[in-house]
Amino acid sequence: MHPADIDAIWLTVKLATLTTLLLLVAGTPLAWWLARGGGRLKSVVEALVTLPLFLPPTVLGFYLLVLLGPQGPFGRLTQALGLGLLPFTFAGLIVASMVYSLPFVVQPLQQAFAAIGARPLEAAATLRASPIDAFFSVTLPLARPGFATAAILGFAHTVGEFGVVLMIGGNIPGKTQVLSMAIYNHVETLEYDNAHWLAGGMLLFSFLVLLSLNLFRRGRAA
Amino acid sequence: MSIAARFELAWPGFALDVDLDLPGKGVTALFGPSGSGKTTCLRAIAGLERGARGRLEVNGEVWQDDARGVFLPTHRRALGYVFQDAALFPHLSVRGNLDYGRRRVAARERRVQPAAAIELLGIGALLDRLPENLSGGEKSRVAMARALLTSPRLLLMDEPLAALDHPRKQEILPYLEKLHDELEIPILYVSHAPDEVARLADHLVVLQGGRALAAGPLGETLARLDLPIRLGEDAGVVIDAVIAERDAWHLARVEFPGGSLWVRDGGQPAGHRVRVRILARDVSLAHSRGEDSSALNALPAKVVAVADDTHPATAMVRLDAGASPLIARVTKRSVAALGVREGMELWARIKAVAVIG
Repeated sequence: MHPADIDAIWLTVKLATLTTLLLLVAGTPLAWWLARGGGRLKSVVEALVTLPLFLPPTVLGFYLLVLLGPQGPFGRLTQALGLGLLPFTFAGLIVASMVYSLPFVVQPLQQAFAAIGARPLEAAATLRASPIDAFFSVTLPLARPGFATAAILGFAHTVGEFGVVLMIGGNIPGKTQVLSMAIYNHVETLEYDNAHWLAGGMLLFSFLVLLSLNLFRRGRAA
Repeated sequence: MSIAARFELAWPGFALDVDLDLPGKGVTALFGPSGSGKTTCLRAIAGLERGARGRLEVNGEVWQDDARGVFLPTHRRALGYVFQDAALFPHLSVRGNLDYGRRRVAARERRVQPAAAIELLGIGALLDRLPENLSGGEKSRVAMARALLTSPRLLLMDEPLAALDHPRKQEILPYLEKLHDELEIPILYVSHAPDEVARLADHLVVLQGGRALAAGPLGETLARLDLPIRLGEDAGVVIDAVIAERDAWHLARVEFPGGSLWVRDGGQPAGHRVRVRILARDVSLAHSRGEDSSALNALPAKVVAVADDTHPATAMVRLDAGASPLIARVTKRSVAALGVREGMELWARIKAVAVIG
């Protein structure tokens, strides 16, 4: 295999893992808030969270580029903080991937939290558990299937992204060139053999992910 | 030792407005039809109904006083709550469920020991099972033990038997009676089932449309003539008594503060506490004891009040047999013939006495 391809695979795995972990951490309180009623802003926030599902990735990438760029508000902020500019860096890819995969993590978590209902938490409260205590001792264990689904979907979706990373990351080998980009390059330069290796691998990977998700769900239901 | 609870809550189509002063010991039943606010009242006491405003004091401790901005969240109220559906944690074994609350109570406040609670509710064989592998009755018992192990100062039970079929209820009721007899913890028991109330309660609060219609000791409240409180088929009273002797005719004599009664021998030994129910329609009035009658039981009683009944032909007579209230349903013709009036001494002849627990 091409050394650049190995770099691309490694980079993709690193990106998807970090994005998923960060999304699980950031998405949990958000999903919890949405599942528990969410207040007046709920509809607005829910729509924003779902937006990446419907927008063409290039639109998302374009606006992220503008926002994070030297003239954008977030770009000014990262510069003022001494972090430099995020576009065309690995950190920029992570930020973009988090936005792109947000609904795939938040929605399963929100559904899992909603399915638990209020009763177990009321029972926990009558057994002297503070809300935080009850979250860790009751909600998290009961929502475990939701977390597994969220992690698998978040990871797989991040692995498969193209448009957003192209806009925000460019296509810099070893730095921001992920798998989907490497395949695109191979096809552009008519290196179909190399493209096959990577594309076939992605196909197999995606199939296995969905298969394991289905088996996992059936196992839970049985 | 008492519980003072005043709550107001308004929802579309329902308003709760109660001001209850309840004894700090024994079982108090919150009784009423569905939609009368029983469960809402219980949830307000537990702090689970944030919309319920008012004041709550439990044996000298103020748990809520909205006028002063005091609101202890549920987890800081020393209460036990048994939910109608048991609400066991599905991810924990029975042992894990029992430990959940106990571990969160400071060691010096743990008065109920696990071995005692497990024994009391007969769940020793279930400890390693998951809730999904328990029957409805077993779940209820585990939920009760779990609540007890937090050593609550107040035990709230929301129809713990409602989800069970008749045989399962009969299986649980003795455990509830043991809770009542062996624990010092006051219990608030929500129920719409007359037989449970008659068997378990010492004190009765009748709720209707979010308001308390009546509240007081069980015997007195049931004997009130101004409200038709029917526990089961008819109006009647419930009396706590003790088995005094048993005879060769398969009868047992039970004693209570107002005298004694012969009942069918249920096999309990002398000294055993029983509860008997006397329905108003089974009580007739006479000037003499009536040795010639087939009715075994007659008690000397004093007329406290006479009131109209639902049918114009009959009247309800409230009597005191010693310290025990009785009610009798008799025809108005008999009231006139006997000259029944307040303060009169009479004999209450009792046709039937049911032992209910």
